[in-house]
Amino acid sequence: MTLNLTEIRKDFPILERELRAGVRLTYLDSTATSQKPLSVIQAMDDFYRKSNANIHRGVHTLAEESTAMYEGARERIATFINAASARQVIYTRNTTESINLVAYSWARANLKQGDLVILTEMEHHSNLVPWHMLQAERGIELDFIPVTEDGLLDLDVYKTLLSRSPKLVSFSHMSNVLGTINPAAEMVRLAHEAGAIALVDGAQSVPHLKVDMQALDADFYAFSAHKMCGPTGIGVLYGKAALLESMPPFLGGGDMIKEVKLRSFRANSLPHKFEAGTPAIAEAIGFGAAVDYLTHLGMDNVAAHEHEITEYALDRLEEIPGVKVFGPSADKKGGVASFTLEGIHPHDVAQILDRDGIAVRAGHHCAQPLHEKFGIPATSRASFYLYNTKEEVDLLVNGIYKVKKMFG
Amino acid sequence: MDDLYREVIIEHYKNPSYRGKLDPHDISFADNNPLCGDHIQIDLRVSTDGIVTDARFDGHGCAISQASADLLVESIIGKPLEEVKKLNKQSILDLLGIELGPVRLKCALLSLKVLKAGVYGLGEAGDDLVE
Ligand SMILES: Cc1ncc(COP(=O)(O)O)c(C=O)c1O
Repeated sequence: MTLNLTEIRKDFPILERELRAGVRLTYLDSTATSQKPLSVIQAMDDFYRKSNANIHRGVHTLAEESTAMYEGARERIATFINAASARQVIYTRNTTESINLVAYSWARANLKQGDLVILTEMEHHSNLVPWHMLQAERGIELDFIPVTEDGLLDLDVYKTLLSRSPKLVSFSHMSNVLGTINPAAEMVRLAHEAGAIALVDGAQSVPHLKVDMQALDADFYAFSAHKMCGPTGIGVLYGKAALLESMPPFLGGGDMIKEVKLRSFRANSLPHKFEAGTPAIAEAIGFGAAVDYLTHLGMDNVAAHEHEITEYALDRLEEIPGVKVFGPSADKKGGVASFTLEGIHPHDVAQILDRDGIAVRAGHHCAQPLHEKFGIPATSRASFYLYNTKEEVDLLVNGIYKVKKMFG
Repeated sequence: MDDLYREVIIEHYKNPSYRGKLDPHDISFADNNPLCGDHIQIDLRVSTDGIVTDARFDGHGCAISQASADLLVESIIGKPLEEVKKLNKQSILDLLGIELGPVRLKCALLSLKVLKAGVYGLGEAGDDLVE
């Protein structure tokens, strides 16, 4: 089934926005954060208008209602990613916090000096810095799966690295710069064969692809609501139940306990063990609405639409003299086109496009080492989501020609 | 908005008059804008009575950062260091002759931060140098 873009665009009020007189928004920055459909905005608004109360500790009507809504969203998120149980879906603030949770709780309990952690050269800073910090504290070792010239992970080198008995392999399912969709299931399988735990950064994959926790078999999987039609301030760490149960709590406080004495505590069961303090309740409910929205459209349809737009965009961009697009061909990547324009800095490109209402991102997109690898300080990045159209790609292309003319 | 890319800015970006390095030099300092990877190095020659006798900048980045570096270096040659120390955000905006939003302001001010950190002999180019 193809998506009905006319109808879909009506679901996103911001897409109607006029930035300046006669200049309509062309939003090509969904990789940074997606726009939100009315159903998500309304779910959060409704919650505050009708049901707001703290969760898990009250017996009054509102407390019961809000708890049911908060936990109901968790159930639907679990179904969306085909987790075996909602207990394995832990609410966090975002992908970054999910990865840090693993680094603080699992890794500090399991890794010692000299233990090897394998990452990749295409990681977002959020899957690098927590490991740098642990390296400084514990003396763990880090090594990296290289990225090839055409933006793919070098799996031969990965296999060699695995022969050094790593304890953990942590990689992104989809790159936020190159768009590369990594063969996650195969990489997890290889990690397991080598006796390593596998953590997958799903910040870019869950919004755009159908993901299936049971088929993928990752030990941990991290993602953020705000990149998949949901609100900011909430994300998920999925984990295998046995692992999560074996791990010490992360933050201590209310809600994560079963019992507290003056000098001791007993931790709560999953998932609450990792959710200390009053959580982002309205945001969890908004996240549930986002998952409903995506489920209603069908992730296969979302992926097919994005593929069509991406293919078109890559063809049109490559037509422009001086444009170089980074990453693999459209069949191996999601809706991301990071590019340079000869002789013109990405900041200038983005700024001039903005005058026509075209929102693209310029910079290193929190992946500085990857840019260094390609020998460039920055790129401009256009990214596409379920609401983007070919007409918007045309606007982008016309805009780039204007930039070229200006710097002529 | 068109003002941002006034011809003079594009001209200084494409054909800077003071790009390069000075060897020997009396003062040299370099720093990055961590947000976008703009990089600027400034070299100075200073006479015994504290006058900037020559200056160059090098680096890479957007039109705003590179054009403001060129304009800044041009403006300080022949000036006493004491006067260079007094330069601030407004001096750069006056040189560029444009208004800037908060993000692009960082690009424009990078060269001034580098210059002042060098002149004061500091280890790092902090934001406080350009207020
Ligand atoms: C691949 C990848 N990982 C991690 C993150 C971090 O996500 P968040 O900022 O929501 O924690 C991002 C966001 O840009 C991303 O693209």
